Amino acid sequence: MATAMTETTTAAEPVDLLAKFDPIIQTRESLLASGVEDPFNLVMEQVLSPTRAICNGRDTILLGTYNYMGMTFDPDVLEAGRTAMTEFGAGTTGSRVLNGTFRDHRDVEAALREFYGMDHAMVFSTGYQANLGIISTVAGKGDYIILDIDSHASIYDGCAMGRAEVVPFKHNDIEALEKRLKRLPPEAGKLVVLEGVYSMMGDVAPLKEMVEISKRYGAMVLVDEAHSMGFIGEHGRGVAEAQGVIDQVDFIIGTFSKSVGTVGGFCVSNHPKFEVLRLVCRPYVFTAALPPSVMASSATSIRKLMHGGNKRAHLWENSRTLHAGLTALGFKLGTDTPQSAIIAVIMPDLEKGAMMWEALLREGLYVNLARPPATPAGMTLLRCSLCAEHSAEEVQTILGMFERAGKAIGII
Amino acid sequence: MSPADIDARIRTLVEPFNKKAIAITDATTFAHDLEFDSLTVMDFVAEIEDEFDVIISMNQQAEIENWGQLITAVHKLQDS
Repeated sequence: MATAMTETTTAAEPVDLLAKFDPIIQTRESLLASGVEDPFNLVMEQVLSPTRAICNGRDTILLGTYNYMGMTFDPDVLEAGRTAMTEFGAGTTGSRVLNGTFRDHRDVEAALREFYGMDHAMVFSTGYQANLGIISTVAGKGDYIILDIDSHASIYDGCAMGRAEVVPFKHNDIEALEKRLKRLPPEAGKLVVLEGVYSMMGDVAPLKEMVEISKRYGAMVLVDEAHSMGFIGEHGRGVAEAQGVIDQVDFIIGTFSKSVGTVGGFCVSNHPKFEVLRLVCRPYVFTAALPPSVMASSATSIRKLMHGGNKRAHLWENSRTLHAGLTALGFKLGTDTPQSAIIAVIMPDLEKGAMMWEALLREGLYVNLARPPATPAGMTLLRCSLCAEHSAEEVQTILGMFERAGKAIGII
Repeated sequence: MSPADIDARIRTLVEPFNKKAIAITDATTFAHDLEFDSLTVMDFVAEIEDEFDVIISMNQQAEIENWGQLITAVHKLQDS
């Protein structure tokens, strides 16, 4: 058999598996050929503060980092990390379920339970992995996941990994959600997946209605509060808290890489069987635990966020000022009112968007350029995320930069 | 409802999405011939779901490439 195979096999033409990405390579090349700086290859040579860095050689105001509460340079957060690194070393070299759970991994989970007032907390290496892990583990083959069509990539990837039946509904459409729940078999397992703040447009979900409807149809509910932790809701627990339904939410997913200012992801829950997930959730088990310094910094940051009332108020002021200012200048925004710390400026197309992005960078302002497929409805967006450490004067400076750049590019 | 009836009803539903008025046969594909993007797919699927009171999950949608497959799938869903 083996001999026969060798005899009949001739050298086949190699098939380039990367050829399928040629259209993306071409789009990128034609964009760069127009002379703009590469929007997806920015380097921060120095970071001066939560709101300023030297980017591509220029002193730049940061308005696209999701560093909502400005905790990245908080002296207590830094000190906690330094101490933990000295005492526990640079890394864990192991899974949480083997040799990767140190004192501070336990402590950060305690901090999350305190912050949310919930019974259980589980920390993952990133927010992406938290969604991937929890969704794929709780909703498997034969179960249904009902999700908002504009859900984050990590949610879709979690759905695909768990092989549940995925039923999308129109963005923030309460009636569309209910229609779908009504049509599903009553005896089937159902997980409704929602986000508090949708990161592309910065709009908030009608969680009050959606959570109540989901419960009425016997579904469990997961809410991703990545973009609301720390400043939405009375205790900064997110949109579910602000709308009074946090007690009915089965799983809250969050991240440390936004308001907390470090890196990592988590799930908090009151489900009595929650702890079993540590044994069965593959993105939790089969990866290395975060370094102890990151855990100590995160725990300190989370506990400080519990008392961040003044910073929260200032962040909201910034969001309102920027939203009103950009509207007055004639920019088209993703929401009619400021609903979160994200303000999305809608660009006419990718080319104009990239030109505007570059013009702002030359002014000394960094924003996120977001484009399809990450964006809804094929839009190109300049996404601004405000920080509690942006001063009122800085927000005015930012508006001046938008005005000059917008006029130069011909958008306003 | 017979496949022919389902076909006729979905033909009415597809009209506003068939911007170039492409002549539809069983072999007409949604991605290439009708040039549906993901948003159009969502709206079109939602119309069908409401019309026939069914759910077409994304997993099922992934198996449907052309018109004939859609009619067969909706016919099957109706019976179940």
